[in-house]
Amino acid sequence: MTRGRIRARLRRSHLYTFSCLKPSTVEEAPHPLQGPGFSRTVYCNQPLLHEKKPLYYCRNDISTTKYNVLTFFPKALFEQFRRVANIYFLLAACLSASPISPFSPLSMIAPLAFVVGLSMAKEALEDSRRFVQDVKVNRRKVNRHKSDGAFGPRSWQSIMVGDVLKVKKDQFFPADLLLLSSSYEDGICYVETMNLDGETNLKVKRSLEATLNLDNDEVFKDFAGTIRCEDPNPNLYTFVGNLEYERQIYPLDPSQILLRDSKLRNTEYIYGVAIFTGHDSKVMQNSTKSPSKRSTIEKKMDYIIYTLFTVLILISVISSIGFVIKTKYQTPTWWYLRPDNIEYQYDPKKVGVAGMSHLVTALILYGYLIPISLYVSIEVVKVLQATFINQDIQMYDEETGTPADARTSNLNEELGQVDTILSDKTGTLTCNQMDFLKCSIAGTAYGVRSSEVELAAAKQMASDLEDQDSDLSNFPLPKAKMQVSWDNVKKDEEIGLDAVVTSKGDDDQKRAIKGFGFEDDRLMNCNWLKEPNADDLLMFFRILAVCHTAIPELNEETGVFTYEAESPDEGAFLVAAREFGFEFCRRTQSSIFIHERFSASRQVVEREYKLLNLLDFTSKRKRMSVIVRDEEGSIFLMCKGADSIIFDRMSKNGKMYLEATTKHLNEYGEAGLRTLALAYRKLDEQEYSAWNNEFHKAKSAVGADRDSMLERVSDMMERELILVGATAVEDKLQKGVPQCIDNLAQAGLKIWVLTGDKMETAINIGFACSLLRQGMKQICITTPVSDSVASDVKQAIKDNISNQLTNASQMIKLEKDPHAAFALIIDGKTLTYTLEDDMKHQFLALAVDCASVICCRVSPKQKALVTRLVKQGTGKTTLAIGDGANDVGMIQEADIGVGISGVEGMQAVMASDFAVAQFRFLERLLVVHGHWCYKRIAQMICYFFYKNIAFGLTIFYFEAFTGFSGQSVYDDWYMILFNVVLTSLPVISLGVFEQDVPSEVCLQFPALYQQGPKNLFFDWYRILGWMGNGLYSSLIIFFLIVTIFYDQAFRADGQIADMAVVGTTMFTCIVWAVNCQIALTMSHFTWIQHLFVWGSIATWYIFLLLYGMLSPEYSKSAYQILAEALSPAPIYWITTLLVSVTCNLPYFVHISYQRCFYPMDHHIIQEIKYYKKDIEDQHMWTRERSKARQETKIGFTARVEAKIRQLKGRLQKKQTMTISAPS
Amino acid sequence: MASSSAAGAGSTDPAAARRNTKRPKYSKFTQQELPACKPILTPRAVISAFLLVSIVFVPIGVASLIASRKVVEIVFRYESTCIPNNVTDKVAYIQSSADKTCNITLHVNKHMKSPIHVYYQLDNFYQNHRRYVKSRSDEQLRDRSEENSTSTCKPEDTANGKAIVPCGLIAWSLFNDTYSFSRVNQSLKVNKEGISWKSDREHKFGKDVFPRNFQSSAIKGGASLNESIPLSKQEDLIVWMRTAALPTFRKLYGRIEEDLNEGDSINVILKNNYNTYSFNGKKKLVLSTTSWLGGKNDFLGIAYLTVGGLCFFLALSFTIVYFVKPRQLGDPSYLSWNMNPGGH
Repeated sequence: MTRGRIRARLRRSHLYTFSCLKPSTVEEAPHPLQGPGFSRTVYCNQPLLHEKKPLYYCRNDISTTKYNVLTFFPKALFEQFRRVANIYFLLAACLSASPISPFSPLSMIAPLAFVVGLSMAKEALEDSRRFVQDVKVNRRKVNRHKSDGAFGPRSWQSIMVGDVLKVKKDQFFPADLLLLSSSYEDGICYVETMNLDGETNLKVKRSLEATLNLDNDEVFKDFAGTIRCEDPNPNLYTFVGNLEYERQIYPLDPSQILLRDSKLRNTEYIYGVAIFTGHDSKVMQNSTKSPSKRSTIEKKMDYIIYTLFTVLILISVISSIGFVIKTKYQTPTWWYLRPDNIEYQYDPKKVGVAGMSHLVTALILYGYLIPISLYVSIEVVKVLQATFINQDIQMYDEETGTPADARTSNLNEELGQVDTILSDKTGTLTCNQMDFLKCSIAGTAYGVRSSEVELAAAKQMASDLEDQDSDLSNFPLPKAKMQVSWDNVKKDEEIGLDAVVTSKGDDDQKRAIKGFGFEDDRLMNCNWLKEPNADDLLMFFRILAVCHTAIPELNEETGVFTYEAESPDEGAFLVAAREFGFEFCRRTQSSIFIHERFSASRQVVEREYKLLNLLDFTSKRKRMSVIVRDEEGSIFLMCKGADSIIFDRMSKNGKMYLEATTKHLNEYGEAGLRTLALAYRKLDEQEYSAWNNEFHKAKSAVGADRDSMLERVSDMMERELILVGATAVEDKLQKGVPQCIDNLAQAGLKIWVLTGDKMETAINIGFACSLLRQGMKQICITTPVSDSVASDVKQAIKDNISNQLTNASQMIKLEKDPHAAFALIIDGKTLTYTLEDDMKHQFLALAVDCASVICCRVSPKQKALVTRLVKQGTGKTTLAIGDGANDVGMIQEADIGVGISGVEGMQAVMASDFAVAQFRFLERLLVVHGHWCYKRIAQMICYFFYKNIAFGLTIFYFEAFTGFSGQSVYDDWYMILFNVVLTSLPVISLGVFEQDVPSEVCLQFPALYQQGPKNLFFDWYRILGWMGNGLYSSLIIFFLIVTIFYDQAFRADGQIADMAVVGTTMFTCIVWAVNCQIALTMSHFTWIQHLFVWGSIATWYIFLLLYGMLSPEYSKSAYQILAEALSPAPIYWITTLLVSVTCNLPYFVHISYQRCFYPMDHHIIQEIKYYKKDIEDQHMWTRERSKARQETKIGFTARVEAKIRQLKGRLQKKQTMTISAPS
Repeated sequence: MASSSAAGAGSTDPAAARRNTKRPKYSKFTQQELPACKPILTPRAVISAFLLVSIVFVPIGVASLIASRKVVEIVFRYESTCIPNNVTDKVAYIQSSADKTCNITLHVNKHMKSPIHVYYQLDNFYQNHRRYVKSRSDEQLRDRSEENSTSTCKPEDTANGKAIVPCGLIAWSLFNDTYSFSRVNQSLKVNKEGISWKSDREHKFGKDVFPRNFQSSAIKGGASLNESIPLSKQEDLIVWMRTAALPTFRKLYGRIEEDLNEGDSINVILKNNYNTYSFNGKKKLVLSTTSWLGGKNDFLGIAYLTVGGLCFFLALSFTIVYFVKPRQLGDPSYLSWNMNPGGH
């Protein structure tokens, strides 16, 4: 790492006023650790003591695998036989060894072994992937104290409780550690807990005063201490324990605990003792076993299987009754069966036993109704589909080098049925990187570059204007006049667009500076000196450079300062200040040094600002201030904060730019930018010292009201401000997010944003992603503030919220304008009430009516609860997408969990079902792969049932002709091959390669996606249709053949068809019929489908030929059957033709009829593509593309439409005015 | 944050190399872009398909029907005719050792070209019963050394402590009515050679396997076998052992290799030995010529004509409907968003 130099040690605590300053006067008593739950004892630096009981704790290696080498076989086998169908087949296989079985044991066991073996192989493969992941984590290295003060790298897995570790900057903590000391003198360190709770703000952790001196490698030679603390638990925010060190006992609290999987930031190194390792660590205790999810289709498939089981039992009972009757009344006369000397299962004297044993036989015999290979075929198909998802080059992220990853393949088709997307914000929609983009100083707006939102909207607008043009000409107004004025409007618009587009042109070369996207020559290169309000500009830049808590870091290679700031906004401000010529270069205990440049000639003046006080940023205060004394000795309070807060605190003469700034702020907000207002106040000496006394008093106060005192005192100072300007920072959305949201919205998906961020931020991002727009009615549901803590308060609050909900619902109901859109914004605190049972349905009803829903300040648990509410409340398929550990709950709860990979934290990805590198890939994942997979699987399952019904029922019919004796007309091998070889590959190729429309059409016509959520391809109508088709085919196949081969000769030589001939002919017809059927079902034939479908038929003949060539010892009645008996007989071939055509006729008529008279969207598009109409008539193609979307109120298309409606409205008003004026 | 950009700059090369390994390889297969034919059912294709089917099916149907009609078949049911009128207990009669010869006359109504196949037909005889089908030993039939593998043959596996060859119910219940034909006192030779499948004679029934101990148990089933003729020459047995698929079946008895002329009367001396009386089975004697399609069965031809006709009708109705209510292919106005605007 070419990281800069070691930073001068600095007591960071001076930078903080109250948030992390702990009054050192208060001595806390050690925690009384008694009773169960507090049994853990850790001997620091003596890990060897922990090698045996009772101090043996679990090791630090983690394992997320389901099986190990020993348990794999029994456990995986057990898993397999949890499927009802498999149990049935297992029983059948067991019984096949007994004389009851109609088949040879091999023909029952072989397919089962194949099916189960394949599923287990898949299971093993998936588990081994998890294992590799674990190994990777376990092999990470960390510096551990070996002995005598020497530290050396050890892998994570060999870390033991009690080990002293040295963790360096940007490393993850390998276990839960007790912080001993850090590179900072006062033992603080910064921790990024994004993996745990998704918060991007750095957290400060402080070591105990007592261990501060343990700050270099050598001192650990003799270090020893004992920690007694609570037992492992999943609570991230609590810790109770005592440290016994140098014969003193110190209490420990969560601020000394560094949690596994959080990351050390802004701190060179820390020393710590491992307390909880491996699965004892809090984050692992938190991890829940990922629930095994099943797709809706698969759940429905179970019902079909149950239906088929019912049919199976029904026909078994029927045939058993038939058998009993036959046996009782007829068999005694069938002397050729020797009824006087007969086995129990046919014995007419013991009809009961015979009937029961026949029932078992029948259950096995008709087992072909239940497709044994269905599960395994589906599994194979899904794995292949998943491979295609993984291989999709258009979901590969070049920047991070991560392809998409379908981690569990059993939800592929669920991707095609998603109704609601619940998205995390930070890291998912945004990259958590801020770019300084615009500012308004002294009432003048600077910064010409457009935000991404503006760009995207402009692009969309440009492409839509054409269409709207024609729409507008329908106005019943004087044409010429209208045209003129509309042209004017349009021209304005176009000028705007031009500006946008040109600014985009030279966009890319300047992107070099991270965090700085500003572009305006009036301010750059010291040109600001020529601006009219140069003084205000100067003040603005100084505030940017001074008012912060960051630390500069010199990159020695480039000589440029970079900044380590608590929040990325602050970093962006400093970079901006640097670029404007106010380079923050040094911070000491009491001063901030700025390199100020007043001319382009690189002449730099270093100015010192003495830092007198720092009033921190908290989410409650929404502002931060510094009080500094400059070199001239004047004292300034510089303040930045949310505009609403600053505007409330302005002095009378500070409101000079208020109006212009407000206007600019609105514009920025509309453009999706985060804004802060900057203000200052000049203080005189007495005023300041008077206040400072107060402040000190408050600071050194002890007790509960210290914080409120501090706040009150700060508040006193932050008044009478003079507004300078405002900044607009772009919270950079990830690439393509607005487009993706737009397209998903057009595909009819609802998008909810659940974020841990503040409401303001969330709303800004809502604007940025076009989930919100100007003119949308925002419904904010918040908790009323109340100070009392009485017990009835809760009820009062709930009533209040309930009222808010009812009012909002009323408002939506009363709204007349069809274009009106509502946005629901709710915060986490309110959610705790609304998610309670009595209110959640009211909340859900409201949320469903709103075009967009944004939940802010929600905890990970609430995310999961909201997801569950949507999932269960609407009964629709939900998809949750997120990147951090805080999204894990929601990802696991949703029907489909998608993790953002490529970022460092792996928790979300580990819990997810699919991982993509960027949010924008979601579009392709859903609209292309989801759509395809849904249709493929739906068609495949329907076809599966069809083919097994068509085959299985012929066995039943034949039974009736054998006196229900359980004889099958087919050779055992035919039956084995039917499911495993002869019909499996075509159906797999259907499931893997079928495409109704190509991928680009899926993307161009997002409305096609709705076929999935509407479940057009797997409704009962369709399933029963297919089953009926199977029934029809079975009837046709059986009765045609039985009648054709009835009793006469089937060859010119006079031979009569025996059972083998009839069975083989029937089977030939089945193979032809079902394979032709699948060929009719497919709409997309690559060479693979051709090979599989026609190859299957060919395989049957080849098999029959080869099987017949085997010695009769093996082939039995099929010996030479094709070569000798069947192929010379014309009737065999003619029958095959007749039966296969007749079987497929109804389906063919059905699809022709449907396509002719009730074409579905994909039919039309296929036809357009087939006739290349899209190329011939491009206008039509683009028009249809623009129409092919769901009515949507979110996304920038909706925003553009709203804008156009607005323009139209304005135009109409103008028209009426111009018309009415002359008259 | 800014520092990470600096770090990124220094480590581009190895990172890029590492990335490229994860990059999915482009191929038309992995991107699901393989060239494919995407046939669609245009009206023309549908109508042509129906027409094609009818054009193919109708001639086949006509040909089959003609073939079937050409076949001359004489069926004579004799199980009641051949019982003397005074017998009341038919089963006892058939099981008795009385002479059961029966003379019948068949009239040829149409010229029958040789070869004329002679069949016997049984009704209500469940040769496909599971117990019956399984009751045989292929090993024993094929291989002399496997004489004792009779485990599947119960209860006809052994008699008097020795294995029965051929064992099992099928062989035991061998059909034993015999027919001899004569025309105007001139006997018609029935050729009983070549009535079984060649593969059966050569590979399934051993040339050195001789019947032994057959029909020697207490209850006699059907025919006895000449113990000096190997099984591969016992063609009646071979034919019988190929079990029929349905309870009504014919089996080849032999061939008359002379033409029979219209108006001929054929005298049949029939030995009515086989017991179908216990289960009310019919017995029929069938003389039939064959066509290229086999015996007489109009069904195939009728089925072909029906399907062919149906397809023609479908082609016609689709054509009419297209003319009445045409839909231009690829007409975007049929897209769902154009059909019911706003009604998504």
